[in-house]
Amino acid sequence: MIPPEFEYHAPTTINDAVALLSQLGDEAKVLAGGHSLLPMMKMRFAEPAHLIDLNRIEQLRGISEEGGLIKIGAMTVENDILNSVLLQQKAALLPKAVKLIADPQVRNRGTIGGDIAHGDPANDHPAIMMAMDATFVLTGPEGQRSVKAVDFFHGTYMTDLAENEILTEIQMQALPANTGCAYVKLKRKTGDWATAAAAVVLQMSGGKVSMVRIGLTNVADTALRASDAEQLLVGNALTPEVLAKVVDAITAICNPAEDLRGDAEYKTAMAGEMAKRALLDAATQING
Amino acid sequence: MTKKIVNMTINGRKVEEAVEPRTLLIHFLREKMNLTGAHIGCETSHCGACTVDIDGQSVKSCTHLTVQCDGSDVLTVEGLAKDGVLHAVQEGFYKEHGLQCGFCTPGMLVRSYRLLQENPNPTEEEIRTGISGNLCRCTGYQNIVKAVQYAAKKLQETATA
Repeated sequence: MIPPEFEYHAPTTINDAVALLSQLGDEAKVLAGGHSLLPMMKMRFAEPAHLIDLNRIEQLRGISEEGGLIKIGAMTVENDILNSVLLQQKAALLPKAVKLIADPQVRNRGTIGGDIAHGDPANDHPAIMMAMDATFVLTGPEGQRSVKAVDFFHGTYMTDLAENEILTEIQMQALPANTGCAYVKLKRKTGDWATAAAAVVLQMSGGKVSMVRIGLTNVADTALRASDAEQLLVGNALTPEVLAKVVDAITAICNPAEDLRGDAEYKTAMAGEMAKRALLDAATQING
Repeated sequence: MTKKIVNMTINGRKVEEAVEPRTLLIHFLREKMNLTGAHIGCETSHCGACTVDIDGQSVKSCTHLTVQCDGSDVLTVEGLAKDGVLHAVQEGFYKEHGLQCGFCTPGMLVRSYRLLQENPNPTEEEIRTGISGNLCRCTGYQNIVKAVQYAAKKLQETATA
């Protein structure tokens, strides 16, 4: 399969990329790792007249920390997240989850920003970003603005990004010591999207939940933050009774699309199960 | 559409060509360079038969534009053997019978080559994870794992010899 014809642009600065995007408008698509866009172009689901390749913009790559705030360039590839000692120590949810995304070759090209900006509810980073309470920096002709992960996703392939904006950076607070985190993903095989998956960040004190954030993958037209389930957990121990209520609160917000991975009922049940497993896994990482 | 001039090194040989931006690397290698080792399998970045090495990283060339390789160093399966002598991973696949139909083999070889650069002494589990982006429908992977283990041992013996 060969993609339709397009003009190719490879800017080397964020400003040049934004200027091109403003000039070319909806004729243009931004190319990150290409592992969603190029297959879509081959199948003619997308036929952009112009591709703006962000791969030559070095400013968009890298992972750093300033005063507890972790900053990840949008074009940072998955394998760099997987191998980042900084993230392993201070935001371990990301490398743990990335291990379950695609395969080694795809992780050399696939980027965190592409995974987020594509707006595909089957992608893993959106739910992970909700569990990390991340903030996205969007850059347009008028400068930068910030949007919380929980406010960014509007629907399948629809996000808060304006036509002339590029997702340039992902920011999140480093997780405090003694915080548990887990991403539990049910998938049929390597490289598959989740049938259902859950991301959890958890803090406990005296055996009771003091803080929790839960994100869900591929069980609605966007990733979901399970706020009701979180409220049920705070102040309680992870007893079977509490977990049963939490699972009910999670399955209540799921509205998955039926496909070869299962029908809506099965996927909904699996979302509850994945969240329960993620909570129990995260709890084992916490002392006291 | 405007063609773009790309310069790259393929298996140590410098190449300059004008390509359409939409030309995928796999098509460029097979049809322009006559390097038909890398195979077209699923065309959707799942099967790994098209795996090549770009600037020291394994990449699926069915999901990579040729224009993106401007300035890059590309290695395909044709570049593994040196002076008529098989590379250790090729010898491993031969000795351990790491193939049946052979369709996945070029991708498996190039990926295994890179895996052993990244991790010269992998466990069986690390080999299986390391080649998880390459599908084989014949062997059940058992002999492929043995072939990579053979190559790892041989490369280490050569390095210490």
